[in-house]
Amino acid sequence: MADSSPVLRVRAVSKSFGAVAAVREVSFDLYGGEAHALVGENGAGKSTIVKMLAGVHRPDAGTIELAGTPVDLSSPADAKAAGIAVIYQEPTLFPDLSVAENIGMGRQPLGRFKTIDRAAMVRQAGQLFTRLGVSIDPNRPARGLSIADQQLVEIAKALSADARVVVMDEPTAALTGVEVERLFAVARSLRDDGAALMFISHRFEEITALCERVTIMRDGRLVSTDLLTDITVDEMVRKMVGRDLGALFPKQDVTPGATALSVAGISRDPVFADISFDVRAGEIVALAGLVGSGRSEVVQSIFGVDPRDAGTVQVGGKTLKPGTPKQAMAAGVALVPEDRRQQGLLMELSIERNVTLPRSRALSQLGFLTGGRERRSAKEWTDRLKTKYGRLSDEVGTLSGGNQQKVVLAKWLATNPKVLIVDEPTRGIDVGTKAEVHRLMSSLAADGVAVLMVSSELPEVLGMADRVLVMREGRLVAELSRAESTEESVMFAATGQEATL
Amino acid sequence: MTAVGLPAPRRSSLDVVLRARELGIVLALAVLVAVTTISNPRFLSGQSIRDILLNTAILAVLAVGQAVVVITRNIDLSVGSVLGLSAFTVGTLLQNNNLPVILALLVGAGVGVVCGALNGVLVRYGNVPALVVTLGTLYVVRGVTYFWAGGSQINADELPSGFLNFGNATLIGIPYLVLLAVLVLVVTGVVLRSYRMGRELYAMGSSPQAARLAGIPVARRTIGAFVVSGGLAGLAGVLFAARFGTIDAAAGTGYELNVVAAVVVGGVAVFGGSGSVWGAALGALLLTTIGSALAVLEINQFWQQAIVGALILLAIGADRLVAARVAASLKKRGSHVS
Repeated sequence: MADSSPVLRVRAVSKSFGAVAAVREVSFDLYGGEAHALVGENGAGKSTIVKMLAGVHRPDAGTIELAGTPVDLSSPADAKAAGIAVIYQEPTLFPDLSVAENIGMGRQPLGRFKTIDRAAMVRQAGQLFTRLGVSIDPNRPARGLSIADQQLVEIAKALSADARVVVMDEPTAALTGVEVERLFAVARSLRDDGAALMFISHRFEEITALCERVTIMRDGRLVSTDLLTDITVDEMVRKMVGRDLGALFPKQDVTPGATALSVAGISRDPVFADISFDVRAGEIVALAGLVGSGRSEVVQSIFGVDPRDAGTVQVGGKTLKPGTPKQAMAAGVALVPEDRRQQGLLMELSIERNVTLPRSRALSQLGFLTGGRERRSAKEWTDRLKTKYGRLSDEVGTLSGGNQQKVVLAKWLATNPKVLIVDEPTRGIDVGTKAEVHRLMSSLAADGVAVLMVSSELPEVLGMADRVLVMREGRLVAELSRAESTEESVMFAATGQEATL
Repeated sequence: MTAVGLPAPRRSSLDVVLRARELGIVLALAVLVAVTTISNPRFLSGQSIRDILLNTAILAVLAVGQAVVVITRNIDLSVGSVLGLSAFTVGTLLQNNNLPVILALLVGAGVGVVCGALNGVLVRYGNVPALVVTLGTLYVVRGVTYFWAGGSQINADELPSGFLNFGNATLIGIPYLVLLAVLVLVVTGVVLRSYRMGRELYAMGSSPQAARLAGIPVARRTIGAFVVSGGLAGLAGVLFAARFGTIDAAAGTGYELNVVAAVVVGGVAVFGGSGSVWGAALGALLLTTIGSALAVLEINQFWQQAIVGALILLAIGADRLVAARVAASLKKRGSHVS
């Protein structure tokens, strides 16, 4: 069972990226022979902790101690040498090299003249797989292995390095039930051999099945570390989300009108399946769920950027052909994408060009863009959104994140949409601008626009939405009215704990 | 979950494919030689073979260096210019100066190592793609050579006879140049295949991100790869000087494309991670032989470029096809959880 002294101690570590504090003074201990869960909402700072243990990021303050001595993990090589193995959600193997070589990289058995002893390397890999009880051919290249098998190769790597600490960052996100079972069996045997296991997952049933202790983080801070025998799932959820819902969200009451957007049974293998819902004019509908649950893919498919395998999308009674954003735009759909730098804006072009881009045809005269009408229209819309900028001809890339987001919104609002789809509309922008964006969405809904909002921020979802649709693993698992939706009910649905609904 | 016995050890299909890949070049080479010889038996004369091997030696040394860089998912376009600078440096040094050949080789390689280190540092710390960096150094190094030479030329009669001998003399019938190229090939091949350092180069090319996370010293290895490529280009410059005796500032102009062609035809993946220096050297031999064969067959030399181009497309097409088939078969084999 667990030793009395911790194998690894994380002491008051902090890490900031620019002005954003990702992790603030977090401390916890990992014990040998024990599995320790790390939970928190998206953006709570879990990944930053993992990267600090992996030597990818260096803490700004605080120390990491291994068996009582402080260690400086300034590169992945240091972490490896210290006996910390990290298994990422997306395994990081070398596809062109053989499985045995992937496991042995950096520690290959050497023969004469320091040449690599391939036969011994393959034999070692084979022994590791026997110990793990899996049958992967050590000679085959890593390319083409399933995610589950790749993770087993990563675990074999950790075993071969005699890792004292094994960190698993959402290893089960892409696995099927059987694969999860097999992974857990392997993880348990690792733990029983005395390794300290750190396990990150959004699925509470996995945490309770595997772990002895749980550390909960929120907004970069440590909330608590408890033994799992002392805490219920309800308490964990509450600790993860528990914050005040201010009167920040100025949602106006609107009586919904006719159905503006109707989605019936759309599927795209393997991302999402059988999604059906309606959005009525004047309504704000939130699409909630964890990152990776397929929300962005659904809205991109509705807009026609991504293909779909089945199902229909109707806007104002008119059926949209899949894969044609142009038709969606003509029908009055606008999509404000999740990643404004990559998908929402042309960073090198001027503010006015960006604002008027979807309407360049309408604003042209005899096929030429003469500038005057573009400028007038751009000015009108940027003023309405209270965008702060130097000159309209400045590059969009020079604006702050919040103002960039306003330019994206202006760009699409100017098309006079009947259905506005916003994907993470307030990600990475400050509180003041956030409130402005919320006010704007609310007034648009009051004017009869149907708004579909994808958001990972629960307060935003609860504050803005008339209805909340919750997705989990590519499926719509719950539809909650404004009255029914609370932090707990949404989180429960998103993580698969539907007991309280 | 049950413990499963180990599958019987077998050659991985990737190894078989790679072997087949190099076999394909050998086959093409055999067909080419056979057809040409039937049309003109003089093609297999001692002198003709000697010429082909001598020309291949220089290209192969460059191709080996290039392969090392390409395996790490980079490219070195400056090799032609580095060859020129090295050849001119060594030529100037030996002009009416009887220095030992070994010193000439060391000086030439040294010039290349400096250029290679510059490339490597720029690629690694300038965070600029190797294509752009080495395109830049291609022109810079060539420019420096032109500026230095100022239109002058070094002629064979100004060079010591011992050095020129080295370019033509043989050991048990095999030219020194060829022996040197084979030595370079074998040493590089063994290091890439059987030393940790070599495997790390493959790893970096296969997945740069995974290489970083695996704790591979990516900076040192990247610079190292460019130093090897530069050093070998410098060495090739000395071989060039010894073989041709006449050196001006334009020596080696345009070689970089031949070298890249040899590497690609030889089955080194341009996106890194796979291929071997053996393949690259075979590619060099094939391209050189095509050049000679066309002359013997009295086909217009201009066709050579079209044929080399077609060969590159064929090689890449074949690689894609093989990759797709391997991927499909691996997927089938991979799903053992059911």
